[in-house]
Amino acid sequence: MKPAPFEYQAPATLREAIDLLVSDPEATVIAGGQSLIPVLAFRLAAPSMLVDLRRVPGLGNIAVGESGVRLGARVRWRDIEHDRRLATAHPLLREAIAHVAHYQIRNRGTVGGSLAHADPAAELPGIAVTCDAEITLVGAAGARTIRAGEFFTGPLSTVRQADEIITELHLPFWPEHRRWAFQEFAQRQGDFAVAGIALFYDQDRYSRVRDPHVGVIGACNRPQRLRKVEVLLNGRAVDEDLIREAAAAAAQTIDPPEDFHAGVAYRRALVATLVERSLRTAAQARGS
Amino acid sequence: MMRVMFQLNGKPVEVEVEPRMHLADCLRDELRQTGTHLGCEHGVCGACTVIVDGAAVRSCLMLAVQAEGCTVVTVEGLSTDDALTPLQTAFRKHHALQCGFCTPGMLTTAHALLTEEPDADADRIRSALSGNLCRCTGYIPIVEAVLEARAAYQKTDKP
Repeated sequence: MKPAPFEYQAPATLREAIDLLVSDPEATVIAGGQSLIPVLAFRLAAPSMLVDLRRVPGLGNIAVGESGVRLGARVRWRDIEHDRRLATAHPLLREAIAHVAHYQIRNRGTVGGSLAHADPAAELPGIAVTCDAEITLVGAAGARTIRAGEFFTGPLSTVRQADEIITELHLPFWPEHRRWAFQEFAQRQGDFAVAGIALFYDQDRYSRVRDPHVGVIGACNRPQRLRKVEVLLNGRAVDEDLIREAAAAAAQTIDPPEDFHAGVAYRRALVATLVERSLRTAAQARGS
Repeated sequence: MMRVMFQLNGKPVEVEVEPRMHLADCLRDELRQTGTHLGCEHGVCGACTVIVDGAAVRSCLMLAVQAEGCTVVTVEGLSTDDALTPLQTAFRKHHALQCGFCTPGMLTTAHALLTEEPDADADRIRSALSGNLCRCTGYIPIVEAVLEARAAYQKTDKP
Protein backbone atom coordinates (compact mmCIF):
# COMPACT_ATOMS: atom_id res chain seq x y z
CA MET A 1 0.00 0.00 0.00
CA LYS A 2 2.87 2.34 -0.73
CA PRO A 3 2.57 4.72 -3.68
CA ALA A 4 5.12 4.61 -6.48
CA PRO A 5 7.77 7.33 -6.07
CA PHE A 6 6.94 10.86 -7.19
CA GLU A 7 8.37 14.32 -6.95
CA TYR A 8 6.54 16.84 -4.75
CA GLN A 9 6.13 20.58 -5.19
CA ALA A 10 4.14 23.10 -3.17
CA PRO A 11 4.18 26.28 -5.27
CA ALA A 12 3.20 29.62 -3.76
CA THR A 13 1.04 30.85 -6.64
CA LEU A 14 -1.50 29.47 -9.08
CA ARG A 15 0.75 30.59 -11.96
CA GLU A 16 3.68 28.55 -10.64
CA ALA A 17 1.39 25.56 -10.12
CA ILE A 18 0.22 25.72 -13.74
CA ASP A 19 3.80 26.13 -14.97
CA LEU A 20 4.75 22.95 -13.10
CA LEU A 21 1.84 21.07 -14.70
CA VAL A 22 2.88 22.34 -18.14
CA SER A 23 6.50 21.33 -17.51
CA ASP A 24 5.52 17.73 -16.77
CA PRO A 25 2.50 16.14 -18.48
CA GLU A 26 2.63 13.25 -15.98
CA ALA A 27 2.24 15.61 -13.01
CA THR A 28 -1.04 15.85 -11.15
CA VAL A 29 -2.65 18.15 -8.60
CA ILE A 30 -3.16 17.35 -4.93
CA ALA A 31 -5.18 19.31 -2.37
CA GLY A 32 -6.70 17.32 0.52
CA GLY A 33 -5.64 14.06 -1.09
CA GLN A 34 -8.57 12.12 0.35
CA SER A 35 -9.40 10.53 -3.02
CA LEU A 36 -5.99 10.78 -4.66
CA ILE A 37 -3.87 9.17 -1.94
CA PRO A 38 -5.88 5.90 -1.91
CA VAL A 39 -5.59 5.86 -5.72
CA LEU A 40 -1.81 6.27 -5.36
CA ALA A 41 -1.64 3.67 -2.56
CA PHE A 42 -3.36 1.10 -4.79
CA ARG A 43 -1.08 2.22 -7.65
CA LEU A 44 -4.09 2.87 -9.85
CA ALA A 45 -2.19 6.01 -10.81
CA ALA A 46 1.52 6.74 -10.72
CA PRO A 47 2.05 10.44 -11.45
CA SER A 48 5.63 11.63 -11.75
CA MET A 49 4.96 14.75 -9.68
CA LEU A 50 2.36 16.00 -7.21
CA VAL A 51 1.66 19.73 -7.31
CA ASP A 52 0.19 20.61 -3.89
CA LEU A 53 -2.19 23.57 -3.77
CA ARG A 54 -1.80 24.06 -0.01
CA ARG A 55 0.17 27.31 -0.32
CA VAL A 56 -1.78 28.79 -3.23
CA PRO A 57 -3.75 31.80 -1.94
CA GLY A 58 -7.39 32.56 -2.62
CA LEU A 59 -8.74 29.02 -3.00
CA GLY A 60 -10.18 28.57 0.49
CA ASN A 61 -13.09 31.02 0.49
CA ILE A 62 -16.83 30.52 0.67
CA ALA A 63 -18.63 33.54 -0.78
CA VAL A 64 -22.39 33.96 -0.34
CA GLY A 65 -24.15 36.66 -2.33
CA GLU A 66 -26.94 37.59 -4.73
CA SER A 67 -25.36 35.52 -7.48
CA GLY A 68 -25.33 32.40 -5.31
CA VAL A 69 -22.62 30.48 -3.49
CA ARG A 70 -19.01 30.39 -4.62
CA LEU A 71 -16.83 27.66 -3.16
CA GLY A 72 -13.07 27.90 -3.59
CA ALA A 73 -11.42 24.70 -4.74
CA ARG A 74 -9.66 24.15 -1.42
CA VAL A 75 -12.81 24.60 0.70
CA ARG A 76 -13.10 21.50 2.86
CA TRP A 77 -16.27 19.61 3.72
CA ARG A 78 -15.76 20.76 7.28
CA ASP A 79 -15.79 24.41 6.15
CA ILE A 80 -19.16 23.86 4.46
CA GLU A 81 -20.53 22.12 7.56
CA HIS A 82 -19.39 24.97 9.81
CA ASP A 83 -20.63 27.85 7.62
CA ARG A 84 -23.99 28.83 9.10
CA ARG A 85 -24.85 31.08 6.13
CA LEU A 86 -25.25 28.00 3.96
CA ALA A 87 -28.23 26.80 6.02
CA THR A 88 -30.30 29.35 4.10
CA ALA A 89 -27.98 30.16 1.20
CA HIS A 90 -27.84 26.52 0.05
CA PRO A 91 -29.59 23.97 2.30
CA LEU A 92 -29.39 21.26 -0.37
CA LEU A 93 -25.59 21.56 -0.45
CA ARG A 94 -25.38 21.34 3.34
CA GLU A 95 -27.60 18.28 3.47
CA ALA A 96 -25.70 16.48 0.72
CA ILE A 97 -22.29 17.23 2.22
CA ALA A 98 -23.38 15.63 5.51
CA HIS A 99 -23.28 12.33 3.59
CA VAL A 100 -19.66 12.70 2.43
CA ALA A 101 -17.44 9.97 3.86
CA HIS A 102 -16.43 10.18 7.53
CA TYR A 103 -15.47 12.83 10.06
CA GLN A 104 -11.71 12.61 9.47
CA ILE A 105 -12.09 12.71 5.69
CA ARG A 106 -14.48 15.66 5.89
CA ASN A 107 -11.74 17.46 7.82
CA ARG A 108 -9.39 17.28 4.81
CA GLY A 109 -11.33 16.50 1.64
CA THR A 110 -11.92 19.44 -0.69
CA VAL A 111 -14.43 20.76 -3.23
CA GLY A 112 -11.92 20.84 -6.07
CA GLY A 113 -10.62 17.38 -5.29
CA SER A 114 -14.09 15.85 -5.37
CA LEU A 115 -14.93 17.54 -8.68
CA ALA A 116 -11.63 16.52 -10.27
CA HIS A 117 -11.86 12.94 -9.00
CA ALA A 118 -15.39 12.65 -10.47
CA ASP A 119 -16.57 9.54 -8.67
CA PRO A 120 -20.09 8.76 -10.00
CA ALA A 121 -21.23 8.13 -6.41
CA ALA A 122 -19.84 11.39 -4.99
CA GLU A 123 -22.24 13.92 -3.53
CA LEU A 124 -20.74 17.24 -4.63
CA PRO A 125 -20.55 16.45 -8.36
CA GLY A 126 -24.21 15.39 -8.08
CA ILE A 127 -25.18 18.68 -6.44
CA ALA A 128 -23.17 20.63 -9.03
CA VAL A 129 -24.94 18.92 -11.93
CA THR A 130 -28.39 19.08 -10.34
CA CYS A 131 -28.03 22.80 -9.58
CA ASP A 132 -26.59 23.81 -12.98
CA ALA A 133 -23.42 24.96 -11.25
CA GLU A 134 -20.39 26.32 -13.07
CA ILE A 135 -16.84 25.10 -12.59
CA THR A 136 -13.95 27.46 -13.20
CA LEU A 137 -10.62 26.08 -14.36
CA VAL A 138 -7.36 27.92 -14.93
CA GLY A 139 -4.67 26.55 -17.20
CA ALA A 140 -1.83 27.65 -19.44
CA ALA A 141 -4.32 29.01 -21.98
CA GLY A 142 -6.16 31.05 -19.35
CA ALA A 143 -9.39 30.62 -17.39
CA ARG A 144 -12.56 28.96 -18.59
CA THR A 145 -15.90 28.27 -16.96
CA ILE A 146 -17.81 25.09 -17.73
CA ARG A 147 -21.31 24.00 -16.77
CA ALA A 148 -21.16 21.04 -14.41
CA GLY A 149 -23.41 19.02 -16.74
CA GLU A 150 -20.69 19.21 -19.39
CA PHE A 151 -17.76 18.75 -17.02
CA PHE A 152 -18.22 15.10 -16.07
CA THR A 153 -17.77 12.66 -18.95
CA GLY A 154 -17.72 9.28 -17.19
CA PRO A 155 -16.41 7.45 -14.14
CA LEU A 156 -13.37 9.37 -12.83
CA SER A 157 -13.35 11.33 -16.11
CA THR A 158 -13.83 15.02 -16.78
CA VAL A 159 -13.01 17.55 -19.48
CA ARG A 160 -10.23 19.00 -17.31
CA GLN A 161 -6.95 19.19 -19.21
CA ALA A 162 -3.70 18.05 -17.59
CA ASP A 163 -2.47 21.63 -17.14
CA GLU A 164 -5.74 22.93 -15.68
CA ILE A 165 -6.53 23.53 -12.02
CA ILE A 166 -10.08 23.85 -10.71
CA THR A 167 -10.35 27.12 -8.82
CA GLU A 168 -14.05 27.56 -8.04
CA LEU A 169 -17.51 26.04 -8.02
CA HIS A 170 -20.37 28.51 -8.47
CA LEU A 171 -23.82 27.38 -7.38
CA PRO A 172 -26.63 29.64 -8.65
CA PHE A 173 -28.73 31.67 -6.21
CA TRP A 174 -31.06 29.63 -4.00
CA PRO A 175 -34.45 31.30 -3.39
CA GLU A 176 -35.97 31.21 0.08
CA HIS A 177 -39.10 29.12 -0.47
CA ARG A 178 -37.65 26.48 -2.74
CA ARG A 179 -38.69 22.87 -2.05
CA TRP A 180 -35.84 20.38 -1.93
CA ALA A 181 -34.59 17.01 -0.74
CA PHE A 182 -31.47 14.91 -0.77
CA GLN A 183 -31.84 11.16 -0.27
CA GLU A 184 -29.00 8.70 -0.40
CA PHE A 185 -28.67 5.01 0.33
CA ALA A 186 -25.36 3.50 1.40
CA GLN A 187 -24.74 0.28 3.25
CA ARG A 188 -23.18 2.09 6.20
CA GLN A 189 -22.88 5.76 7.08
CA GLY A 190 -20.04 7.27 5.11
CA ASP A 191 -19.87 4.49 2.53
CA PHE A 192 -20.13 5.22 -1.16
CA ALA A 193 -23.71 5.82 -2.24
CA VAL A 194 -25.33 2.84 -3.94
CA ALA A 195 -27.69 5.51 -5.24
CA GLY A 196 -28.66 9.05 -4.34
CA ILE A 197 -31.20 11.61 -5.50
CA ALA A 198 -30.94 15.41 -5.24
CA LEU A 199 -34.12 17.23 -6.09
CA PHE A 200 -35.55 20.74 -5.92
CA TYR A 201 -38.33 22.80 -7.45
CA ASP A 202 -40.08 26.11 -7.01
CA GLN A 203 -43.85 26.50 -6.89
CA ASP A 204 -46.36 28.74 -8.59
CA ARG A 205 -49.26 30.27 -6.67
CA TYR A 206 -51.36 27.16 -7.23
CA SER A 207 -48.65 25.01 -5.59
CA ARG A 208 -47.70 23.50 -8.92
CA VAL A 209 -44.11 22.47 -9.55
CA ARG A 210 -42.03 25.01 -11.44
CA ASP A 211 -38.57 24.39 -12.89
CA PRO A 212 -37.85 21.02 -11.23
CA HIS A 213 -34.29 19.73 -11.08
CA VAL A 214 -33.73 16.04 -10.36
CA GLY A 215 -30.22 14.60 -10.24
CA VAL A 216 -28.92 11.10 -9.61
CA ILE A 217 -25.61 9.80 -8.23
CA GLY A 218 -24.34 6.26 -7.73
CA ALA A 219 -26.79 4.59 -10.08
CA CYS A 220 -25.13 6.03 -13.19
CA ASN A 221 -21.68 6.30 -14.75
CA ARG A 222 -21.57 10.04 -14.01
CA PRO A 223 -23.81 12.46 -12.12
CA GLN A 224 -26.71 13.47 -14.32
CA ARG A 225 -30.15 15.03 -14.35
CA LEU A 226 -33.22 12.94 -14.99
CA ARG A 227 -34.85 15.10 -17.68
CA LYS A 228 -37.81 12.82 -18.25
CA VAL A 229 -38.71 13.00 -14.58
CA GLU A 230 -38.32 16.78 -14.62
CA VAL A 231 -40.67 17.09 -17.60
CA LEU A 232 -43.18 14.87 -15.85
CA LEU A 233 -43.10 16.95 -12.67
CA ASN A 234 -43.21 20.36 -14.30
CA GLY A 235 -46.52 22.19 -13.95
CA ARG A 236 -48.21 19.61 -11.76
CA ALA A 237 -49.02 19.52 -8.06
CA VAL A 238 -47.20 16.85 -6.07
CA ASP A 239 -49.73 14.17 -5.13
CA GLU A 240 -49.65 10.39 -4.77
CA ASP A 241 -50.23 9.80 -8.48
CA LEU A 242 -47.40 12.08 -9.49
CA ILE A 243 -45.03 10.58 -6.94
CA ARG A 244 -45.77 7.11 -8.32
CA GLU A 245 -45.34 8.19 -11.93
CA ALA A 246 -42.10 10.06 -11.19
CA ALA A 247 -40.61 7.11 -9.31
CA ALA A 248 -41.42 4.75 -12.17
CA ALA A 249 -40.05 7.17 -14.77
CA ALA A 250 -36.80 7.57 -12.81
CA ALA A 251 -36.29 3.81 -12.61
CA GLN A 252 -36.82 3.50 -16.35
CA THR A 253 -34.66 6.46 -17.31
CA ILE A 254 -31.44 5.48 -15.60
CA ASP A 255 -28.81 3.12 -16.98
CA PRO A 256 -27.36 1.77 -13.74
CA PRO A 257 -24.07 -0.07 -13.40
CA GLU A 258 -23.87 -3.55 -11.94
CA ASP A 259 -21.22 -4.04 -9.29
CA PHE A 260 -20.33 -5.85 -6.10
CA HIS A 261 -22.88 -3.85 -4.09
CA ALA A 262 -25.96 -3.98 -6.29
CA GLY A 263 -27.31 -5.23 -9.59
CA VAL A 264 -29.21 -3.30 -12.23
CA ALA A 265 -32.70 -4.26 -11.04
CA TYR A 266 -31.86 -3.41 -7.43
CA ARG A 267 -30.50 0.01 -8.38
CA ARG A 268 -33.59 0.78 -10.47
CA ALA A 269 -35.85 -0.13 -7.54
CA LEU A 270 -33.67 1.89 -5.19
CA VAL A 271 -33.78 4.98 -7.38
CA ALA A 272 -37.59 4.72 -7.57
CA THR A 273 -37.76 4.57 -3.78
CA LEU A 274 -35.36 7.50 -3.35
CA VAL A 275 -37.32 9.64 -5.82
CA GLU A 276 -40.49 8.83 -3.92
CA ARG A 277 -38.90 9.73 -0.58
CA SER A 278 -37.40 12.90 -2.05
CA LEU A 279 -40.74 14.12 -3.38
CA ARG A 280 -42.45 13.41 -0.07
CA THR A 281 -39.71 15.22 1.85
CA ALA A 282 -39.71 18.18 -0.53
CA ALA A 283 -43.51 18.49 -0.40
CA GLN A 284 -43.34 19.13 3.33
CA ALA A 285 -42.55 22.78 3.86
CA ARG A 286 -39.69 23.24 6.26
CA GLY A 287 -37.59 25.94 7.76
CA SER A 288 -33.97 25.85 6.83
CA MET B 1 14.37 13.17 -0.05
CA MET B 2 12.77 16.29 1.36
CA ARG B 3 13.22 18.04 4.68
CA VAL B 4 9.99 18.65 6.63
CA MET B 5 9.52 20.62 9.81
CA PHE B 6 6.43 20.56 11.98
CA GLN B 7 5.30 20.63 15.60
CA LEU B 8 4.80 17.17 17.07
CA ASN B 9 3.11 17.00 20.46
CA GLY B 10 4.34 20.46 21.34
CA LYS B 11 7.93 20.04 20.16
CA PRO B 12 9.45 21.09 16.84
CA VAL B 13 10.65 18.14 14.76
CA GLU B 14 12.66 18.03 11.57
CA VAL B 15 12.82 14.95 9.39
CA GLU B 16 14.01 13.83 5.96
CA VAL B 17 11.41 11.86 4.03
CA GLU B 18 10.63 10.61 0.58
CA PRO B 19 7.70 12.60 -0.84
CA ARG B 20 5.63 9.42 -1.08
CA MET B 21 5.90 8.63 2.63
CA HIS B 22 2.60 9.20 4.40
CA LEU B 23 2.48 10.96 7.72
CA ALA B 24 1.75 7.75 9.66
CA ASP B 25 4.92 6.03 8.44
CA CYS B 26 6.86 9.22 9.15
CA LEU B 27 5.54 9.33 12.73
CA ARG B 28 6.17 5.64 13.36
CA ASP B 29 9.31 4.80 11.41
CA GLU B 30 11.21 8.08 11.35
CA LEU B 31 10.09 9.73 14.60
CA ARG B 32 9.53 6.46 16.52
CA GLN B 33 6.13 7.53 17.80
CA THR B 34 4.49 4.14 17.47
CA GLY B 35 1.26 5.01 19.30
CA THR B 36 -0.28 5.82 15.93
CA HIS B 37 -1.43 2.49 14.50
CA LEU B 38 -1.75 1.56 10.85
CA GLY B 39 -4.53 -0.75 9.82
CA CYS B 40 -5.59 -0.41 6.22
CA GLU B 41 -3.35 2.33 4.77
CA HIS B 42 -6.07 3.56 2.44
CA GLY B 43 -8.38 5.58 4.62
CA VAL B 44 -10.95 3.04 5.75
CA CYS B 45 -10.16 1.90 9.31
CA GLY B 46 -9.38 5.12 11.20
CA ALA B 47 -6.68 3.55 13.40
CA CYS B 48 -4.07 6.07 12.22
CA THR B 49 -6.12 9.17 13.10
CA VAL B 50 -4.01 12.07 14.38
CA ILE B 51 -4.89 15.72 15.01
CA VAL B 52 -3.46 18.20 12.49
CA ASP B 53 -4.02 21.89 13.19
CA GLY B 54 -6.87 20.96 15.51
CA ALA B 55 -8.72 18.64 13.14
CA ALA B 56 -8.79 14.83 13.30
CA VAL B 57 -7.35 13.45 10.05
CA ARG B 58 -6.14 10.11 8.78
CA SER B 59 -2.37 10.11 8.79
CA CYS B 60 -2.30 7.44 6.05
CA LEU B 61 -4.18 9.89 3.76
CA MET B 62 -1.75 12.74 4.26
CA LEU B 63 1.80 12.90 3.00
CA ALA B 64 4.47 13.73 5.54
CA VAL B 65 5.64 16.56 3.26
CA GLN B 66 2.15 18.08 3.53
CA ALA B 67 2.65 18.47 7.29
CA GLU B 68 5.22 21.23 6.75
CA GLY B 69 4.49 23.99 9.29
CA CYS B 70 1.55 22.11 10.82
CA THR B 71 0.82 21.28 14.44
CA VAL B 72 0.44 17.53 14.84
CA VAL B 73 -0.87 15.78 17.94
CA THR B 74 -0.74 12.00 18.25
CA VAL B 75 -2.05 9.76 21.01
CA GLU B 76 1.30 10.26 22.77
CA GLY B 77 0.51 13.96 22.96
CA LEU B 78 -2.85 13.65 24.67
CA SER B 79 -1.36 13.30 28.14
CA THR B 80 1.78 15.05 29.30
CA ASP B 81 2.65 12.77 32.19
CA ASP B 82 1.98 9.24 33.41
CA ALA B 83 -1.58 10.01 34.46
CA LEU B 84 -4.44 9.09 32.17
CA THR B 85 -6.52 11.91 30.70
CA PRO B 86 -10.22 12.05 31.61
CA LEU B 87 -10.98 10.57 28.18
CA GLN B 88 -8.55 7.72 28.72
CA THR B 89 -9.89 7.17 32.23
CA ALA B 90 -13.41 6.91 30.82
CA PHE B 91 -12.22 4.39 28.20
CA ARG B 92 -10.73 2.27 30.99
CA LYS B 93 -13.80 2.54 33.20
CA HIS B 94 -16.21 1.57 30.43
CA HIS B 95 -14.04 -1.19 28.95
CA ALA B 96 -13.95 0.78 25.72
CA LEU B 97 -11.01 -1.25 24.46
CA GLN B 98 -10.00 -4.86 24.37
CA CYS B 99 -7.13 -5.56 21.98
CA GLY B 100 -6.33 -1.85 21.81
CA PHE B 101 -5.42 -1.65 18.16
CA CYS B 102 -8.10 0.91 17.26
CA THR B 103 -7.76 2.82 20.54
CA PRO B 104 -5.26 5.52 19.47
CA GLY B 105 -7.55 6.46 16.58
CA MET B 106 -10.61 6.39 18.81
CA LEU B 107 -8.91 8.62 21.40
CA THR B 108 -7.57 11.18 18.94
CA THR B 109 -10.89 11.34 17.08
CA ALA B 110 -12.91 11.72 20.30
CA HIS B 111 -10.45 14.27 21.69
CA ALA B 112 -10.66 16.44 18.56
CA LEU B 113 -14.45 16.13 18.53
CA LEU B 114 -14.97 17.02 22.19
CA THR B 115 -12.47 19.87 21.99
CA GLU B 116 -14.58 21.45 19.24
CA GLU B 117 -17.96 20.17 20.36
CA PRO B 118 -17.98 19.50 24.12
CA ASP B 119 -21.76 19.03 24.04
CA ALA B 120 -21.80 16.40 21.28
CA ASP B 121 -24.68 14.00 21.86
CA ALA B 122 -24.57 10.22 21.36
CA ASP B 123 -25.68 10.51 17.71
CA ARG B 124 -22.97 13.04 16.94
CA ILE B 125 -20.36 10.91 18.69
CA ARG B 126 -21.46 7.84 16.73
CA SER B 127 -21.30 9.83 13.52
CA ALA B 128 -17.79 11.14 14.25
CA LEU B 129 -16.55 7.68 15.24
CA SER B 130 -18.22 5.96 12.28
CA GLY B 131 -14.94 6.11 10.39
CA ASN B 132 -13.11 4.17 13.11
CA LEU B 133 -13.40 0.40 13.00
CA CYS B 134 -13.30 -1.66 16.21
CA ARG B 135 -13.58 -5.44 16.05
CA CYS B 136 -13.68 -6.08 19.80
CA THR B 137 -16.06 -3.86 21.70
CA GLY B 138 -19.21 -3.54 19.63
CA TYR B 139 -18.79 0.26 19.98
CA ILE B 140 -21.33 0.75 22.78
CA PRO B 141 -18.73 1.09 25.55
CA ILE B 142 -16.72 3.49 23.38
CA VAL B 143 -19.70 5.79 22.92
CA GLU B 144 -20.45 5.56 26.66
CA ALA B 145 -16.86 6.50 27.50
CA VAL B 146 -16.87 9.50 25.16
CA LEU B 147 -20.22 10.65 26.56
CA GLU B 148 -18.81 10.51 30.08
CA ALA B 149 -15.62 12.34 29.11
CA ARG B 150 -17.60 15.33 27.84
CA ALA B 151 -17.61 16.85 31.33
CA ALA B 152 -13.85 17.36 31.17
CA TYR B 153 -14.11 19.35 27.92
CA GLN B 154 -16.70 21.91 29.05
CA LYS B 155 -15.36 25.40 28.60
CA THR B 156 -14.74 26.89 32.02
CA ASP B 157 -15.62 30.43 30.92
CA LYS B 158 -19.21 29.37 30.23
CA PRO B 159 -21.75 31.25 32.35
